[in-house]
Amino acid sequence: MSVFSSIFKSSPHGAMGMTTNQVMRMVCYATIPGFITQLYFYGWGTLVQLVLCIGVAVLSEAIVLSLREKRIRRTLSDGSAVLTGLLLALSIPPLAPWWVSVIGVAFAIIIVKQLYGGLGFNLFNPAMAGYVVLLISFPVAMTSWQPIQPMLMHTLSLADTAYVIFTGYSIEGYNLQQLSMLVDGTTMATPLDQFKTALAQQQTVSEILSLPIYGEYGGIGSQWVNAAYLLGGLFLLQRGIIRWHIPLGMIASLFVLTVIASATGADTTYPPVQQLFTGAVMFGAFFIATDPVSASTTPKGRIIFGALIGALIFMIRQWGGYPDGIAFAVLLANMCVPLIDHYTQPKVYGHKR
Amino acid sequence: MTAEWKDIVLNGLWTNNPALVQLLGLCPLLAVTNTFINALGLGIATLLVLVVSNLTISLVKQWVTKEIRIPVFIMIIASFVTIIQLLMNAYTFGLYVSLGIFIPLIVTNCAIIGRAEAFASKNGPVESSLDGLMMGIGFTAILLLLGGAREVLGQGTLFDGAHLLFGEWARGMTVQIFEFEQQFLLAILPPGAFIGMGLIIALKNIIDAKQAEKKVKDVKSVERARVTTVN
Repeated sequence: MSVFSSIFKSSPHGAMGMTTNQVMRMVCYATIPGFITQLYFYGWGTLVQLVLCIGVAVLSEAIVLSLREKRIRRTLSDGSAVLTGLLLALSIPPLAPWWVSVIGVAFAIIIVKQLYGGLGFNLFNPAMAGYVVLLISFPVAMTSWQPIQPMLMHTLSLADTAYVIFTGYSIEGYNLQQLSMLVDGTTMATPLDQFKTALAQQQTVSEILSLPIYGEYGGIGSQWVNAAYLLGGLFLLQRGIIRWHIPLGMIASLFVLTVIASATGADTTYPPVQQLFTGAVMFGAFFIATDPVSASTTPKGRIIFGALIGALIFMIRQWGGYPDGIAFAVLLANMCVPLIDHYTQPKVYGHKR
Repeated sequence: MTAEWKDIVLNGLWTNNPALVQLLGLCPLLAVTNTFINALGLGIATLLVLVVSNLTISLVKQWVTKEIRIPVFIMIIASFVTIIQLLMNAYTFGLYVSLGIFIPLIVTNCAIIGRAEAFASKNGPVESSLDGLMMGIGFTAILLLLGGAREVLGQGTLFDGAHLLFGEWARGMTVQIFEFEQQFLLAILPPGAFIGMGLIIALKNIIDAKQAEKKVKDVKSVERARVTTVN
C-alpha cells in the first residue's frame, strides 16, 4: 500500500484501489471494538449519542450542500460526515445533554468542514474542533464522565439513558449528579482529573494510584477502552488505511517524555504506561490524528506531527489547566501542518535539494 | 451637494462600513462586544471622537503640512479621547471600569485615524462631520449587532448591565430571553467574537451579491427586449 504515501505527488499517480467511501467505512468498522468496550463500561449513553450525532452530522451536511448547490446524495455517500459524527459521539461523555451533541456536531460539519470548502479542504480536524468548542463552552457537561458501570449505584436501561440525555433526568427522576453516585454513595472524578486534584492535596503518586478508579495499566475502565482502540488501530494499519508514522510518533513522544519526567522530576508525574492507557490516547493516535485531510502529508512530517501531538498532550496533562488535552493537541498540531509539510518535502528522484 | 451627502451617508453605513468592509478597529470591536451595553458604550465613545476629530482636523487642515500630519492627527484624537475618558469616569463609572483599557485605546482605533487621513484632511468641515457621524454610526451598529448576538447566545440576556450606562433606573431593562442551565461560553469568549464577526461579514456579502445579481438580471431583461435574434 505504498501508493498511499504522498511521495508520489506528481504523475505518474498510483491508484489506491479504494474509494473514499470504502476508507471511511473501514475506519468506522475499526471503532467497533472500542465502541463495544465503551458500552460495557459507560452504559448505553454512547449508543444514543452515536445515533444522535450521526443523524445531526448527515442532516447538517445535507443542508449546507443544498445551500452550496452541490450534489447532495453523491457527496453524502463518501461517508465523511458519518465518520465525523461517529468520532464525536465516541468522544463526548455518554450522558451529555442532547443539545451539547447537536451544537458540537453542527459546528464541526458546518463551520469547520463545509465553510472551508468541504472534505479535503478543512484545516482542522472537524471532530476535534467540535469537541474543543464544546469543552470550552460547556466545561461542566463535557467533563461529567460517570464512573464505570460496575461501581455505580444506579445503572440505566437504554430507554432510561435516552430519557436522561433528552430531559436531564432519568424516568425515576434522578439527575446526572445522583446517577454518578457510587455504590457507597460517594462520587468520584475521572482518573486524570482525580490525579491532579489529589496531587494538589499532597498525595504521592502510589497513594493516588491505589484508588479504586485506577486499574493496573490506566483508568479502571479506560485501560480496556484504550486497548480496544489499539486493536482497531492495528486493524487499520494492517489494511493500509493509515500509516504507522503518526500513531508511533505520538505514542513514542508521550511515552518518552513521561519516562524522562518520572525519572528526573519530583513525584508528580502520571506514570508512563498509565499515560498511554488513560483518557483518549489510543483513540486519538489511531483515529483522530491520522485524519488524512488535516494531518501532515510527508512521511517525515507525519512523524514530527505525531511527536508534536504527543508532546503537547504530555504538557497539557502535566502542567495544563485541563485534565486531558488530546483535542487541543491535535488542533495545535493541525495549525503547524503547512510549516511541517514545507520543510519535510521528500527529495525527488534525480533532483538535488 | 445632496448627491455627495447621500454618498457619504451610504459609504459610512454600508458600502464602506469601517467594521464590515474596511475591517478597521477590530481589536476593540472584538474585545468589548461580549454584552450589548458594553458595545453601546464603546460605540458612542468612538462615535463622538470620530465626529469631533473629523471636524477639528478638517478645520485645521490648511495649516498642517504633509510631513507632520500624522502626529498632529493623533494628538487631536488623543485629546478628544481623554475628554471622553474623563467624562465616562465621572458619569458612567461602572461602564468605565468594565470597558477598562479599551477607552484610552480608542486613540489607536484605525477607523478614526483612517477617516482623518482619508477624508477629513481633504474635505470641508460639514462633510467631514457628516462622514464622521455616519462612519461612527456604521461602526456602532456592527458593535451592537455583534454585542447583542453574543450576549443572547452567551448568557441568554439582552441589555444586561444597562445601569452602568444609564444609571440605577435602568436595572430593570435587562431582558432574560433564554434560561440556560449552562452558559454557552464560546459566544462570550474571544473565539465567539471572531466567528460572529465572520458570519456578519458573510451576511453582508450575501446581501451585496443578491443585489448585484438583481441588477444584472434587470439589465439583461431589458437587453432581451431589444435583441431579436439569439446568437
